[in-house]
Amino acid sequence: MEYFLIIISAIFVNNIVLSQFLGICPFLGVSNKLSTASGMSMAVCFVITLATLVTYLINQYLLVPFKIEFLQTIAFILVIAALVQMVEIVLKKVSPSLYQALGIFLPLITTNCAVLGVALNVVTKEFSFVEGGMLNLGQALVYAFATSLGYGLAMVIFAGIREHLSLSDVPKSFKGVPIAVISVAILAMAFMGFSGMVK
Amino acid sequence: MASKLKLITDGLVKNNPTFVLLLGMCPTLATTTSAINGLSMGLATLFVLVLSNMAISLIAPVVPDKVHIPVYIVVIATFVTLLQFIMQAYTPAMYETLGLFIPLIVVNCIVLGRAEAFANKHGVLESACDGLGVGLGFTCSLTVLGLVRELLGAGSLFGHNIIGGNDGMLLFVLAPGAFLCLGYLMVLFNKLFKK
Repeated sequence: MEYFLIIISAIFVNNIVLSQFLGICPFLGVSNKLSTASGMSMAVCFVITLATLVTYLINQYLLVPFKIEFLQTIAFILVIAALVQMVEIVLKKVSPSLYQALGIFLPLITTNCAVLGVALNVVTKEFSFVEGGMLNLGQALVYAFATSLGYGLAMVIFAGIREHLSLSDVPKSFKGVPIAVISVAILAMAFMGFSGMVK
Repeated sequence: MASKLKLITDGLVKNNPTFVLLLGMCPTLATTTSAINGLSMGLATLFVLVLSNMAISLIAPVVPDKVHIPVYIVVIATFVTLLQFIMQAYTPAMYETLGLFIPLIVVNCIVLGRAEAFANKHGVLESACDGLGVGLGFTCSLTVLGLVRELLGAGSLFGHNIIGGNDGMLLFVLAPGAFLCLGYLMVLFNKLFKK
């Protein structure tokens, strides 16, 4: 039941883009086409889950025992940067086709605040529907994976909207990003319908 | 001297990080629920931006090209941690309010962007001016967005109730209002400054 709540909360109620405002830059940057949007979502999903696993363990077994939690920011961003590099190397060797498909999105993920945001959230935020408030490793992984699914969902929906938007005739000052941001507002309103389902 | 002043004013309008370069959208949207929150977030970013620009312009000549990004990130993360300590000590309430978005300054593309595009090719003083200009531009945009959202959402400015009653449109404090206000402010900016 807890896992179910975590998943619903992370995908719909507290959608990472539309209600937590994380990862907006790539969200606006690469949502022009459906294919690039889904590629980016896949890459993010992969990295968020892996990064959460590693940073959770580092926090639990390295930072907490030595009482140096204040180094979380530096330690986590280094881990994420190294991890992205490693994923790139491994992927290049193991699955060149997937590497090709993800292309330039992989290196860009280092500065995607969704990754660091989720990693920090998992170790610092209290979740009211989880016993004791803090997530254990299993719950943290489920939360990270579900959050990145929510990211993908928002991304794919928005890319679909934007493909239509590019064909419509909008006033000159609205062209490009402004009209896209206003469309996100309407999408966010739709997602507000889920609020209150999970505390 | 004039060129340094120009660096500062460029950051406000021509290179405005929010409305022209479209960088640092996450804190822009998330922390502007009120004018004072927006202002604080802007100043926090300004602090990191100026210091990291200065430090990076000093170390850039000796950093090998291959590892320059990780090195820059560590420098930025160090200043962010410093900022966290300062805020925890002197403004604990604001630190709580801004929450996650203080550590996330590390991955704010504005900071790394200025390091890459400006600080690693220029002297300390120019880099400091550039950081100041872009930081002020960011602070202004955030404050304006915060003002609009606070006025519409809560009917007040900097916490002072000016409309009377407390029946603001809650939507503008919530997530959709952030996108809506930002979108329309961008339109306004385009109309005023872009030919």
